Amino acid sequence: MTKKIHVSTTVNGEAVEFLCEARHSLLEVLRDELALTGCKEGCNNGNCGACTVMMNRLPVDSCCVLAVEAEGAEIETVEGVAAQGQLHTVQQCFLEGAALQCGICTPGFIITAKALLERNPNPSEQEIRFALAGNLCRCTGYDKIIRSVQAAAEIMKEAQS
Amino acid sequence: MSNVIVQPSSTNPKKYNVIGTRPVRHDGADKVTGKAIYAADFALPNMAHGAYIRSPHAHARILSIDTSEAEKMPGVLAVATSADLPDPWDKTEELGEGCINYAHLSGNVLARKKALYRGHAVAAVAATDIHIAQEAAKWIKVEYEVLPPVTWVLDAMKEDAPLLHENLITQTLGEKSTKPSNIGQHIHFEQGDVEQGFAEADIVIEREYRTETVHQGYIEPHASVALWNEDGRLKVWTATQGSFTVRQQLAELLKIPVSKITVVPCEIGGGFGGKIAVYEPPVAAVLSRKCGRPVKITMRRDEVFEGTGPTPGSFMRVKMGATKEGRLTAGKAWLAYDAGAFPGGVIGPGCMCVFSCYDIPNAMVDGYDVVLNKPKTQAYRAPGSTHVALATETIIDEIAGELGIDPIDLRLQNAAKEGTRRVDGPTYPRIGLVETLQAIKESEHWNSPLEGPNRGRGVACGFWFNAGLKSSAAANVNDDGTVTLVEGSPDIGGTRTSLAMQLAETLGIAAEDVNPQVVDTDSVGFTDVTGGSRVTFATGLAAHEAALDIRGQMIERVAEMWECKPEDIQVEGGVYRYDDHSLTFKELAVELSKTGEAIVGRAAVNPQGATNAFSANIVDVEVDTETGKVKILRFTIAQDAGKAIHPSYVEGQMQGGSVQGIGWALNEEYFYDDRGELKNASFLDYRMPTSYDLPMIETIIVEVPNPDHPFGVRGVGEVSIVPPPAAIANAIYRATGIRMRNLPISPPRLWKAIAERNGQ
Repeated sequence: MTKKIHVSTTVNGEAVEFLCEARHSLLEVLRDELALTGCKEGCNNGNCGACTVMMNRLPVDSCCVLAVEAEGAEIETVEGVAAQGQLHTVQQCFLEGAALQCGICTPGFIITAKALLERNPNPSEQEIRFALAGNLCRCTGYDKIIRSVQAAAEIMKEAQS
Repeated sequence: MSNVIVQPSSTNPKKYNVIGTRPVRHDGADKVTGKAIYAADFALPNMAHGAYIRSPHAHARILSIDTSEAEKMPGVLAVATSADLPDPWDKTEELGEGCINYAHLSGNVLARKKALYRGHAVAAVAATDIHIAQEAAKWIKVEYEVLPPVTWVLDAMKEDAPLLHENLITQTLGEKSTKPSNIGQHIHFEQGDVEQGFAEADIVIEREYRTETVHQGYIEPHASVALWNEDGRLKVWTATQGSFTVRQQLAELLKIPVSKITVVPCEIGGGFGGKIAVYEPPVAAVLSRKCGRPVKITMRRDEVFEGTGPTPGSFMRVKMGATKEGRLTAGKAWLAYDAGAFPGGVIGPGCMCVFSCYDIPNAMVDGYDVVLNKPKTQAYRAPGSTHVALATETIIDEIAGELGIDPIDLRLQNAAKEGTRRVDGPTYPRIGLVETLQAIKESEHWNSPLEGPNRGRGVACGFWFNAGLKSSAAANVNDDGTVTLVEGSPDIGGTRTSLAMQLAETLGIAAEDVNPQVVDTDSVGFTDVTGGSRVTFATGLAAHEAALDIRGQMIERVAEMWECKPEDIQVEGGVYRYDDHSLTFKELAVELSKTGEAIVGRAAVNPQGATNAFSANIVDVEVDTETGKVKILRFTIAQDAGKAIHPSYVEGQMQGGSVQGIGWALNEEYFYDDRGELKNASFLDYRMPTSYDLPMIETIIVEVPNPDHPFGVRGVGEVSIVPPPAAIANAIYRATGIRMRNLPISPPRLWKAIAERNGQ
């Protein structure tokens, strides 16, 4: 076995160092080394979106990113979304809108929806559906997820104005 | 949320304080922040990781297994094969969503003499690291004698078909045949005189249907951590719909008493019937015993597709007759469902469901449970009912078209109601099919025009039994006047809250003042699976009865305090009164906590009277005639909930099941080659609906209260998956003039049918 590789990165605003093997995915390191188990493994090949995290301000499937690629990057996981003891508007709207049932896909949806609203504060229903199409949910039929993202967009717009 | 479409259609006049409101779920913050602990998130110190080796062949005799190379690898701690499982007993038990035979279950957990499907687990390795375990698994040498596979149900029924089990003898009405075959069971139901019924008909339609194997598609792969301690006690943390069911299966498979086993249900990432039978828990247990460490096994997605139970493919021939006035006179069904590699699939409910929406005086049903070289099938949301609804509901649509009768009116005219006898015997109690059909008939959707080329609107309805079964609960009154509800139903879709709300309603407190906790098998009384749409009904009843127990104790205690008789105490809306005394539940709880013993409510129930669920759909589609792709333009589901405890989560069940039905209708299928190899074991190629494929799913909650539940609850979890494939097939017919009778109605299939119709 080859020696482990040293990686310096930023996770949820904090400087983090870890050792990994070349074959380790970012998802594995986040879950197994850094104990950030909020990102989930649903498929390990980029088709379900349960492992979505922000990397340099873009949502990525962390199962398809090698851990070594995190060198010098800024990573945000679902654990970093709520700040100062307050849920983010997207999280609050998911709760009030009953946008989760089993909850396994929810962290990925929270990250993707928040990323969408940060780059497009006023998305149409079709834009929301398109942005979330890489995140699979088997429980809800997506209806309440879409409505919760719409509700979050409204609240975030009001807060801006 | 003002644009959520809710058109309540309630015949329940009772007014409630908590029930019918939409509080935030109790486990919500954990789940939107990533703090909730699912089985794959759970870890113990010094934990080893397990990996499987699985059969590359669909059908093969296992001649030898050599684990010596794997065992020599650095980091490898233990290897397990079927030789490490005790010889199983040939015993069959009901587990809530179907029966399990332990000999078959043991042979499915780790293959014994034969590998019966590609992906059948053959051996497993535990190592210090998952990558070492996966590599070591490849060094286990398995020698196979490859046998010819069979993967289509009608082929498996042929005389000369490859035989899976040399000792499988067909049972027909208790009679056994003389030689082995792939047919496990032949079911036969009959009522009235079916030939006479068809003779009375003015129109008779007989059609054949084929559906493919589909998977429940839960996003969380199976995962367990097992710790088999040196004192003989086994503790398992797992993703399951039924912790007590896992305990029972482990006891039988490992031949140890249930008292030595504790099962901790972690948060569960979807199940839909697929997380009841065990796969990895006994394997992780055996590995743990062998290496003396806790062992975790988490499946990969391809292992979930290839190695866990999907729901079956089927062949169906169904015939129905009606008078020209539209009265159904007779029905006949011949159904063959595959059971996968071991007998005991979902043909039983299929036979009971095929004519269950209608009052058909003369009917005959024959059903066959057939083994073949695919994974052992399991329940999938209303197991067996969706298949037959495709047949019955599209024939009803054809009859309506031939007779020039509105398809909803034809259904209303023949709808099952209280007193109708189902073909398998039972007579319906108060049910809500008529009200559900009326709800879609009166809906804005049905009464709005659909215009444009290649567009069509279809309707269909569906049935599911619903289950009662055993549930237990305890409720502890805290000294701040809140109540902790201790229960044992793994929460897949918000049931902590629907149970807490029933307890809160009974005690006259707020839902937020209840703290519901799903606990392990040592910490609550026996509770059956989260399945059969039973939790809000049966565990809800337990929560209600535990609340009544608390109320009774509070009355006794407050009577002592106020120096009166218990019967003098008036309780209304959570306020306890006598003479000029008056205390709310909370005030009283605080007061009583200062003196005397704690107040603990308890309940254990096994209710009958779950009564049945019905739903109906209207769907508008647009067909792209150049590609065969079907777009869902608009979709409405009406469903009888009895009483919706938390309407948002009732709608969620309706919407989620509808979309699973849409996926089943249009895209989802297990695609096998002629070697029995599954070609699409990934979420890329097993195509489940995404948000971009769908419109909003409009819901109409119908409330015809269940007379056998204190709040009128009927289960709502399953029936929503039943009508969509038929409703979509009917809509596609309106759009194209083509009757599609095989699922899925995927673009290549529909494109081909359109091309053939156009003479190309």
